[in-house]
Amino acid sequence: MKDKVVIFDKVIKSYPSYTHITGGIKNFLIHFNKSIRNFKKRHVVLKEISFEISQGECVGFIGRNGVGKSTLLGLIAGVLKPDSGKIFVKGKVSPLLELGAGFHPELTGRENIILNGVLLGMTKEEVFSKIDSIIEFSGIKNFIDQPIRIYSSGMVARLAFSVIAHLDPEILLIDEVLAVGDIEFQKKSYNKIVEFKQKGITMVLVSHDLESIKRLCDRVIWLENGKIEMDGRPEEVVEEYQKSIIKE
Amino acid sequence: MKDRNFKYYLDLITVLVAKELKVRYKNSYLGYFWSLLNPLAMALIFYFAFKVIMRVPIENYSFFLITGLFPWQWFSNSVGSSPGILLSNTSLIKKVKFPVYFIPFTNVLNDAVHFLLTIPVITVFGLFFSKIPSLVWLLGIPLWFFTQFLLTYGLALLISSINLFFRDLERLVMVFLLILFYVTPVFYDITLVPEKYRKILFLNPVSGIIMGWRDLFMKGAFDFKFYCFYLIYSFILFTFCFYVFKRLSYKFAEVL
Repeated sequence: MKDKVVIFDKVIKSYPSYTHITGGIKNFLIHFNKSIRNFKKRHVVLKEISFEISQGECVGFIGRNGVGKSTLLGLIAGVLKPDSGKIFVKGKVSPLLELGAGFHPELTGRENIILNGVLLGMTKEEVFSKIDSIIEFSGIKNFIDQPIRIYSSGMVARLAFSVIAHLDPEILLIDEVLAVGDIEFQKKSYNKIVEFKQKGITMVLVSHDLESIKRLCDRVIWLENGKIEMDGRPEEVVEEYQKSIIKE
Repeated sequence: MKDRNFKYYLDLITVLVAKELKVRYKNSYLGYFWSLLNPLAMALIFYFAFKVIMRVPIENYSFFLITGLFPWQWFSNSVGSSPGILLSNTSLIKKVKFPVYFIPFTNVLNDAVHFLLTIPVITVFGLFFSKIPSLVWLLGIPLWFFTQFLLTYGLALLISSINLFFRDLERLVMVFLLILFYVTPVFYDITLVPEKYRKILFLNPVSGIIMGWRDLFMKGAFDFKFYCFYLIYSFILFTFCFYVFKRLSYKFAEVL
């Protein structure tokens, strides 16, 4: 029996409706009663979710928009707190950020690697020891000392993924960012993910791209109405999920 | 592990501050002079309005203005930019478990570095009025720096976090800074204020800090009791702000 690295035990997560206050103080005061009422009315996203993920497993989450997949990743990363229930996570969690998040357009590729590497949890020393290999992997050697505002979006994506690929994560969270760059780089990043798998890195994927989920994951969990509808082998779960969508 | 954490936080701060400074100075070697331009222009305007036109009875008025405007600039830049700083790091806060209070910290530190860089300008100005830097500066500069940092950082934490929930706070902050500027003795001296309003002015923590800087730069004076009062005052405000920030920080990823 392998170690459990992620355990969710009857986790409930709800959000209050923030729309009335993020509309500003003016709106809040004008619609005071309504705002308070709305604030109390919470929208439940996850209803008593329980599952476990073992060391080295690659688990995919599928489901409709707004079913709580990203919330789930936020809970694993520890940036969100559950209303109730227990969450246990063992190891360093590295989320794969949206492309270029945390990058600054005026800085060069090299400077952005350092910035991003440190923001994602490496010390400067660790970044410096890997920087050559990161640049090599990204394949944008000629432009690395140019500000990234002149990069194409594909190039930024490659740089971002290259930093992540050198993080040595223990648990990797991937939210819809697999298809980046040109075909060659897609292949490269796909291979990197396979390599992560072979190294025994635990991965949690969220995607609407059912094909890549099927190819990469050992297990797929289907979320519906805040609950786990099905949990099992990728082909079976994806097939059932597709059937349910066609039925509608 | 403890050791690594400390090293990591240090790296995090240096990388974030270096980023801001690099971005600011990347495209202009004149960057330093640009950051002087605003307070100097303000000094010029106030000099014209209050010395030339209204003839305030303050000696060495241009030097007087600069000793107040430079530290004020630091305070007002940091507080003025604080509403947007968490919003501009949305994707980071939403996905990475990360000591978020470092974002306002580096923002304030960045403006603080700029302020420190203006001290030579203050010194040169002083020399024109035959004010020679005194040894008291060695003690006074770090101490007042610390107090102002504490107060500014506290407000930046408070405003940046509340702004996530009430997105129009930014407008109020601008009005707040405008009012605060006039109830702080930046371009006038506290002795010109009628006795009955003076107490209220002393209650404004920024007043104390500006007066402290000015006494230090103009007279080489450092009043220990006066300093301690504003240090404790700033510390209490900071603690309150940090507490609010901490309480709200669990909700950041939800509202962003």
